[in-house]
Amino acid sequence: MTDTIFFYVFALLTLGGAVLTITRRSAVHSAMWLIVALAGVAGLYLLQKAEFLFAVQIVLYVGGIMLLFLFVIMLVNLDQAARVRQFNQQWWLALASALAVGGVVLYFIRKGAGAFQLASPPVSSPVMEGNTERIADVLFSQYLLPFEIASVLLLVAVVGSVVMAKKRI
Amino acid sequence: MLHPITTVHYLILSAALLLIGTLGVLARRNIVIILMSIELILNAVNINLIAFSRYFQQVTGQIFAIFVITVAVAEAAVGLGILIAMFRNKETVLADEIDLLKW
Repeated sequence: MTDTIFFYVFALLTLGGAVLTITRRSAVHSAMWLIVALAGVAGLYLLQKAEFLFAVQIVLYVGGIMLLFLFVIMLVNLDQAARVRQFNQQWWLALASALAVGGVVLYFIRKGAGAFQLASPPVSSPVMEGNTERIADVLFSQYLLPFEIASVLLLVAVVGSVVMAKKRI
Repeated sequence: MLHPITTVHYLILSAALLLIGTLGVLARRNIVIILMSIELILNAVNINLIAFSRYFQQVTGQIFAIFVITVAVAEAAVGLGILIAMFRNKETVLADEIDLLKW
């Protein structure tokens, strides 16, 4: 019962924040609404008993990535861009194709909901208790190699972004 | 009246978030907001992964969500670096004014 109410609250935060993100004229306003949307997604993680990802979402997305976005918005002069037309000339084509894809996806979700019995409410089991410990167990045993590759990817991203933003290499 | 929330609710929410993000990527002119829309798309993927992780009672989906977040961080860092380099060279952040490859 409370889960249902919280799901709709967080879904409203997420979707409303997302819509306002892509429609605001000022990039700073967009960033603020994106923070609202990401916080809504974090609440959905908490509802799904993914406590570790809830913390990661808040710390990394809202604290890290959005800070990076706001820094870049202040570094790059966006006053000119805020005064001109915000959508390109094919926006109606983009809207039509997005709605068409949305219709197809909804149709198949409705069909698949019966076939795969996804409509049954998920039961809570003791298997999902101790979220962080279980994630650590699986991550550092079964997925150790992807974890190390992810660290190499982050190193490449750090070096790459420094090289990109440098004036002269 | 208030029915319990199922996996299907999360799938529909994730599809809607994905489409809003896609619309932002396709229709906006400002590159900063295009990068923000890519973050929305990756979050839609994560909602899907977490919903199925709960449904199948396995944490593998959450592990993959962590990897998706890692890739999103790398993408944002490199993308914003490219944006700064491009603004320094062309003095614009509008995607349709960067048309060197246009015939």
